[in-house]
Amino acid sequence: MLEALTLPFMQRALIAGLMVAFLASYYGVFVVQRGLGFLGNGLAHAAFGGVALGLLLGREPLMIAVPFTVAVSIAIIWVRHRTTLASDTVIGVFFAVSMAAGIIFLSLKKEYSADAFSYLFGSILAITDTDLKVSAGVVLLALLAQPLWGRWAYATFDRELAISDRVPVVLDEYLLGVLLSVTVVVAVKVVGIVLISAFLVIPAAAARLVVRRFATMTWLSILFGMSSAAFGLWGSYQLDLPSGATIVILQALIFLACLGILTLTRAIAAGRGKA
Amino acid sequence: MHAVHTHNLSLFLGESQALADISCCVREGEFVAILGPNGAGKSTFLKVLLGVLEPSSGNVLVFEKKPREVDPAWIGYVPQAKTLDRNFPALATELVVTGLHRTWRRRISAADRTAALSALEMVGASHLADRPLSALSGGELQRIYLARSLARKPRLILLDEPATGIDTVGETDFYRLLARYRNEQNATILMITHNQEVASAHADRVMVLNRRLLGFGTPQETMCDECLQSAYGPAHHPLHLTDLRAGSHA
Repeated sequence: MLEALTLPFMQRALIAGLMVAFLASYYGVFVVQRGLGFLGNGLAHAAFGGVALGLLLGREPLMIAVPFTVAVSIAIIWVRHRTTLASDTVIGVFFAVSMAAGIIFLSLKKEYSADAFSYLFGSILAITDTDLKVSAGVVLLALLAQPLWGRWAYATFDRELAISDRVPVVLDEYLLGVLLSVTVVVAVKVVGIVLISAFLVIPAAAARLVVRRFATMTWLSILFGMSSAAFGLWGSYQLDLPSGATIVILQALIFLACLGILTLTRAIAAGRGKA
Repeated sequence: MHAVHTHNLSLFLGESQALADISCCVREGEFVAILGPNGAGKSTFLKVLLGVLEPSSGNVLVFEKKPREVDPAWIGYVPQAKTLDRNFPALATELVVTGLHRTWRRRISAADRTAALSALEMVGASHLADRPLSALSGGELQRIYLARSLARKPRLILLDEPATGIDTVGETDFYRLLARYRNEQNATILMITHNQEVASAHADRVMVLNRRLLGFGTPQETMCDECLQSAYGPAHHPLHLTDLRAGSHA
């Protein structure tokens, strides 16, 4: 791995991968625990609409994708608050509309765009210094918002109880939605639209299987996310495989290992109960 | 001072009216039981007092302030057992500590743990302190919620069917604890229950609710055939206070 790290593009890929993994696995604990696993997919497809609009307008796609995805995220939360529709239904509507808009934007662009495919599947090895600066900015935002962890955790546990204790739950939902959107857009280049939701869901879900406290779940999710990014990147370099997909497969192996630990722990507890 | 004062309180949830023209006063230190059939708006009424739901019209005052302006530390709330989430990764102590800090804590300090254990001891649940919420029964989890509420020493306790899942012995202890806390702190208690015996035995006054306020007075005044049948329908056979006292009911 050290040999690979002498290559500048691998250095950038590793730093970008670690930052995206940190962001996604940190916010992922709220996504998983609130039962919003589908939100990652929805926002990723909204990002696709934004990227396609950027390509059509001849602008930097991610600069257009950020406001586009944030707008979709705010719209999803707004509709959820004003209707009795289930979250998945609302996300499903915006997911499809964003994707349809993206397809139309691409079809309006007369010349063929290979770029669109790099955003679908990610291109971690083509990360630029600008991408790194943007990712670092989003990490800084996450660290600045870190004192809100307690409020978000409280509302995740019991929304009504948090409201009754004057936690600004609605405002926090919008804020979390915006931060998630920005994270998803930053992650597009690293993992691609198709695989982003894995970064949000798998490390947090794996951590949930083996912990008893939400604080531990948060730390473990970040650890799983960042270590799978580092080792997945190394594995993809060694085996000449797509980096985003290799990282996701590693995340899945961690999930399976946690599932094994859970099953074993329960079997041991049941054995003690019988004895 | 009135702990709760509502005037023509009405609330629509979507297109259906959950509460209609409710006017009532609850004095500080009173124990009020709220009776009514399922879907009568009892839980909704408590959520209005908590400030979780805004009334569509009318006035609501809690300790002479609008619910959202009341110091949340003054109110302890125990939700219905069936609505509680046991899927959240947390230990019982952590939930009790939210009663002290009104946020989720990453770490539990020694002082917080001592305060949480003392509250758990009060409700006879100190043995559950380090259990994950997923390993608790509905009744046990409600006890933890009660400990969470008492930990902040509230002036008003709102209980939504708190005795569900508690056995008979536990129930006696539970009401004894409530009575002791109320006497020591001059706390006001509003408790939703389906148990008319409990309402008549422990409450100073009983509120009979079915979207509208159908009766509000002493147990003798409100738990009459006419009042209860207007809430539960003509098929309802109310228990008579004389029966309850003689223990002659099934």
